[in-house]
Amino acid sequence: MEYYLQIFIVIPLLGFITSLLASRTSEALLSRIAFVTVGLNVLLVSVFTVWWILAGHATLNLRDFVIFQSEHYEFLIDFCFDKVAAVYLMVGSILTFLVTIYSRFYLHREEGYKRFFNTVLFFYLGYTIVVLSGNLETLFIGWEILGISSFLLIAFYRDRYLPVKNAVKVFSIYRIADVGLILAMWLSHHLWGQNITFIEFDNGALVNAQLQSHALVGILVSLMILLSAAAKSAQLPFSSWLPRAMEGPTPSSAIFYGSLSVHIGVFILLRTFHFWEHQLSIRILIGLLGLFSSLVATGIARVQSSVKSQIAYSSIAQIGLIFIEVAAGFDNLALFHFAGNAFLRTYQLLVSPSVVSYLIREQFYHFVPRQHTIEDSLPKKIEYTIYMLCLKEWHLDAFMYRFLWKPIKWAGNKLGFLQARGVIIFLIVAALIGMLAILYQAYIPMVFSKYLPYVFGLIGLIMVFKAFTKRKNVQVSLLLVVANHFMIALAVSFNEHFGYDHTVIYLSGIVVSGLLGYLALLRLKALEPQVDLERFYGYSYEHPKIAFVFLLACLGLAGFPITPTFLGEDLIFSHIHEDQFVLAFMVALSFIIDGLALIRMYARVFMGPHVKSMYEMAYRSS
Amino acid sequence: MQSTAFHEHEVLHKLKHFLPAQAPLKDFIHHNTLHAFQHLPFRVAMRESSEIFGYKTTLTIDEYRQLLLAGAIRESVLRETIARLKGEDQVEVWMKKLLHQEFKTENTTRIGSIRSHWKKVYRIDLDSWVHPILFRILCSYLDQGIAMWNFPVWHKGFLSSIREMERASFTSFFKTKKVRNLLLEGKCGIEYLLTLIVGDPTLFEGYLFDQQFAHQGWSGMVSAIEDNPATLLDHRKISLHDLIILELLLELDALEDQLGNEWQALGTVMTVRTIPLFATVPVSELSEALMMFQEAYEWTYYNDALAGLQSQHSAPIQAGRSFQAMFCIDDRECSIRRYLEKFDSNCQTFGTPGFFGVEFFYKPEHGKFHTKLCPAPVTPKYLIKEIEGRGKHERDLHFTKQTHSLFRGWLISQTLGFWSAIKLFVNIFKPSFSPATASSFRHMDKFSKLTIENHNLDHRENDLQVGFTVEEMATRVEGLLKSIGLVKDFAPLVYVVGHGSSSVNNPHFAAYDCGACSGRPGSVNARVICHMANHEGVREILAGRGISIPALTQFVGALHDTTRDEILFFDETFLNDENKWRHTSNEQVFAIALDHNAKERSRRFEIVNSSLSAEMVHDKVKLRSVSLFEPRPELNHATNALCIVGDRSLTKGLFLDRRSFLNSYDYRIDPDGKYLFSILKAAAPVCGGINLEYYFSRVDNQKLGAGTKLPHNVMGLFGVANGIDGDLRPGLPSQMIEVHDPIRLLIIVQHFPEVVANVIQQTKETHEWFINNWVNLAVLHPETKEVFVYREGQLISRIQENQPTRIANNLEQLVETHQENLPVYLIA
Repeated sequence: MEYYLQIFIVIPLLGFITSLLASRTSEALLSRIAFVTVGLNVLLVSVFTVWWILAGHATLNLRDFVIFQSEHYEFLIDFCFDKVAAVYLMVGSILTFLVTIYSRFYLHREEGYKRFFNTVLFFYLGYTIVVLSGNLETLFIGWEILGISSFLLIAFYRDRYLPVKNAVKVFSIYRIADVGLILAMWLSHHLWGQNITFIEFDNGALVNAQLQSHALVGILVSLMILLSAAAKSAQLPFSSWLPRAMEGPTPSSAIFYGSLSVHIGVFILLRTFHFWEHQLSIRILIGLLGLFSSLVATGIARVQSSVKSQIAYSSIAQIGLIFIEVAAGFDNLALFHFAGNAFLRTYQLLVSPSVVSYLIREQFYHFVPRQHTIEDSLPKKIEYTIYMLCLKEWHLDAFMYRFLWKPIKWAGNKLGFLQARGVIIFLIVAALIGMLAILYQAYIPMVFSKYLPYVFGLIGLIMVFKAFTKRKNVQVSLLLVVANHFMIALAVSFNEHFGYDHTVIYLSGIVVSGLLGYLALLRLKALEPQVDLERFYGYSYEHPKIAFVFLLACLGLAGFPITPTFLGEDLIFSHIHEDQFVLAFMVALSFIIDGLALIRMYARVFMGPHVKSMYEMAYRSS
Repeated sequence: MQSTAFHEHEVLHKLKHFLPAQAPLKDFIHHNTLHAFQHLPFRVAMRESSEIFGYKTTLTIDEYRQLLLAGAIRESVLRETIARLKGEDQVEVWMKKLLHQEFKTENTTRIGSIRSHWKKVYRIDLDSWVHPILFRILCSYLDQGIAMWNFPVWHKGFLSSIREMERASFTSFFKTKKVRNLLLEGKCGIEYLLTLIVGDPTLFEGYLFDQQFAHQGWSGMVSAIEDNPATLLDHRKISLHDLIILELLLELDALEDQLGNEWQALGTVMTVRTIPLFATVPVSELSEALMMFQEAYEWTYYNDALAGLQSQHSAPIQAGRSFQAMFCIDDRECSIRRYLEKFDSNCQTFGTPGFFGVEFFYKPEHGKFHTKLCPAPVTPKYLIKEIEGRGKHERDLHFTKQTHSLFRGWLISQTLGFWSAIKLFVNIFKPSFSPATASSFRHMDKFSKLTIENHNLDHRENDLQVGFTVEEMATRVEGLLKSIGLVKDFAPLVYVVGHGSSSVNNPHFAAYDCGACSGRPGSVNARVICHMANHEGVREILAGRGISIPALTQFVGALHDTTRDEILFFDETFLNDENKWRHTSNEQVFAIALDHNAKERSRRFEIVNSSLSAEMVHDKVKLRSVSLFEPRPELNHATNALCIVGDRSLTKGLFLDRRSFLNSYDYRIDPDGKYLFSILKAAAPVCGGINLEYYFSRVDNQKLGAGTKLPHNVMGLFGVANGIDGDLRPGLPSQMIEVHDPIRLLIIVQHFPEVVANVIQQTKETHEWFINNWVNLAVLHPETKEVFVYREGQLISRIQENQPTRIANNLEQLVETHQENLPVYLIA
């Protein structure tokens, strides 16, 4: 029975690939592909679910295939199906199905019709992978797909400033979630001594035994999972990304940010429930986080004067409640609440343009000058303070800026003395020394070599900081990202002896993607006089093909599951020891920033208002 | 040169003049987007607005070249245009330039150049610090009913409210104490703040323009509400002055916070002075070339239309009409009239502005407000009330605020949430009316009564007279009938058909209704004028003034829904038996005409197969009006290009492709142009406004239009923006204008040139439209059929190019097989 699970992944995958091949102008074909793909999946999922329920609804697990295996490590693709997966798959498929039909007409004649359907199918593919995944590794593949397709949907109107800016913003929060997951994978690898599947969590005795002996690691894993969940589900302190994601066409905002994407955090909590079930502190923490999020978000929702942000914050508040339900162990209620909330918010967003005629009409007939609100009974000073805080979203957006962007920028700027040429020479020297050191590691005193991973890790981190803050030369920026990966590889090589094949796996994707990106930039520079990172250039308008190639290169460099690097990243982490949290953190941090630097490069060069004013161009503020 | 002194009042006045003037969504009324330039000739205005504000004011040179290749610009017309503008000897030189020259197309825009120095000198992006919080405060203050918790202080005016909140609060909108204190201590005059921020007084005006035009949507809305506070049902006191002060304070705050002490006023660090905003704009070859193409493009179309009109013969007077029907001059009513005449050759149709000459405020039963039902510039003194209406207001929980509260939301999402899934499913597969639909038929209950007649002059409400006296009624009926030339040979039934539209998920719904009724459906007006015309007292007075309406003739009001192509008649129960019988058979004619009208409209809708039978197509067209996923329920005024003021016989034999406003007018009963004056006084701003709004939204949909409507987010119920932090987007969304050909309106008047010349010069406001060519004017001599064109203040005789007009042998086939804008055809 579990073998059928693969079908639900294969159909969206085929649909996505087919839709990539369809012509840009054939709307009917594109929408039909989406219709058939998602429709077929809805049908099969429903049939399958009924069958599964009748057959006794036991949790299904499919050890599908092993991508890579060494003595201590295997990368296994694993699928799992239980009531959580069933509900998420059903709700997600039904909503995607309805919205693809909806968008067929809604997007009629819109520039980017094909891009939209490609991205929606890609998103759906990622979603099904996440929902059906049986272990963290498989889940992570889907997770990455969700991240990038979200970025592309938010920046759907890529020739305007705000969508691109907000897409980068949201992507950076997603990146935090990614790293939470990477660290959780790393820690749990050490916790279990192998890559574990979710179904094994059901074995309470096993989980307990492990957690008894590694209490701290257990807590850390749970915390990292919670970090990912909170970021993805827009809980505190990440909430401000959700309303800002409402930049794409209304239907995409409706299903992704109104419902599916934003409930993925809940999903990962439900999925790992049996893991942290017995960690009371974590359950309390999740409950409190949910509680605070729902209170703060309700306050913010109350003062919103635009329809979409109001819906976004009310949805966050409900998800906060779902967090509480999950923490309390009411998983059935949580699932029910998820489904209801997803449907409700999707529908509310879809009909949001009607609000003008509806409410104006209501106001016309039922106007009451000023309604007494609950807050009016508060002392004035308290009332004004809370109102203003809610209006400013409790500084959540500024908070993200202050604690995420600003330190990175600051660090990068402090490294301003490193000039491009100097950096490259330094890198070559460092790499040579590093390689020599590895060859002759036996001769280096132990005291010394213990710190080498940190030294190279730090160099890598500096590279990527630099890449992130560079304003002038894009190629150098790209090289720095590549260099960062080399430094990480070096750093880890000092840590542990392992086969060169691991390094090759890790770096092969980097080298190929780096080269591809470099060539794309060379080509663009040959065509356009001005290419740097000072501002948005919007070259995708004139050079969509180069833009696409560069995007692929960026994805490869960021460890997206299209090159072996994806696997390599996980492998690299498996060679970081359990007690080297600092090193793990450094590597994780450089992965975050490296993703940010790449997406920033792509956004600056290829997105935003076109640099040449001869095209019709929107205001920056629009 | 700009003077050194800064006159705050003057600069604010100037700013308000240039900002977009669009009212809140519910009062959306078409107007000339670039009204601030209207005192200049069109040609000059296009050049200047493009250079100063960076607007794209024409198509691009490449687009024109393609139009030339496609034949939409005729080469002979282009040559003629060059000869007219540059002289015969320049034709070849310019033809070469137009066809082959590489023009420098990157334009330099003056607006924004002063403020851009913040980024250049200090690497600070002020907009990204100031805009989000500024827009948020503004939107919350003005909000009409989206937020659950409203701006806590509001009655004192914008800035004072903020000051009060700042005074009594633990937190602040400002990051620095210093700036907050400026506000609290009232040390925040515009000039004072500008001195701190900019320093150099010669730059103040330019700086304020830069600042406000960085978010012209919001500034324009504030300015519109300041001028007309009643446009918000829930009144707010706000002014551009207050907005500017808050914005300057926020800028100062961002500068202090980000740069500390390390900054100086902008004027002291700007090494080069930018060109003053309103300094003379030099003529460029490109701007000249674009205008030549544009005029040739227009005249290629106009020529066909004029040739078509010349080819028509005045019809013999025909008695014994089956019925007569008055429609709005609206371009959308052009085709339904053709079909009525086709299916009942014995009927007669008229066009006149859709408020039918009766101006009043309307208050529906249980309504808390009254709405204006006449052209926007008119302020009526009358009130018409609906009584005994059965108006039922369906509620939809999805729009209620309970869904956003925490605990009720918890219950609702787990109950209503599943219902939403079903509703969505149903609406996608079987769309139908819902409380969310904005329907023209809901404007007034069909079975309600209206207080039309005033029996007592003291009967007043809100300083308005309730109803009209008999004398007042008679004047209005007389005016209407004389202006359209219907003074004798009345048919037994005279229909007066207003129009409105139905759509869902459409924040711009008001733009789809009748422009002559201030963006509302024309049903009440139709009923009111019919009641007046049926009134015995009125008929007596009219008979005394030379209009004798036979006792058997009855007027029937109706509403045509232009989206659904449905018609609703009012008060048919009052018809006498004979007319009831006639009406029943006329209803059949209307039904068939509506089917065919829908079919003709459907040629524009790619998704509808137009070759199906008319009834089937009509069903599909109806579905569009209630489908949530349909961003184009109808195409509204798109493609409008002509306004013909004259007898129907001029246009009856022509296929005008719904591109013409048609105003019925008989020059014979108006020899000195008295009625013509009022027709043109309304037609120039109303039809011209519609036409220019479409023109500008089409040529620069990003800056002058609203962009695509798909990502729009409703702000405070009065505007739309992209996303949550964006500027408001005035103008029309791309879905409304994509099929529009940007052609200025040509008003064609059938009268003697000397009369018309005299009429248009009577008021300055009307004359401005014509003398500056914001609308083009042609006069068709009723006897010789000679065409005169109004140029440089004179009606110049124009020899028509002898282009044979195209003949449509099979109209149905033409409609089924073409999707593009069609030129004028003779109907075979």
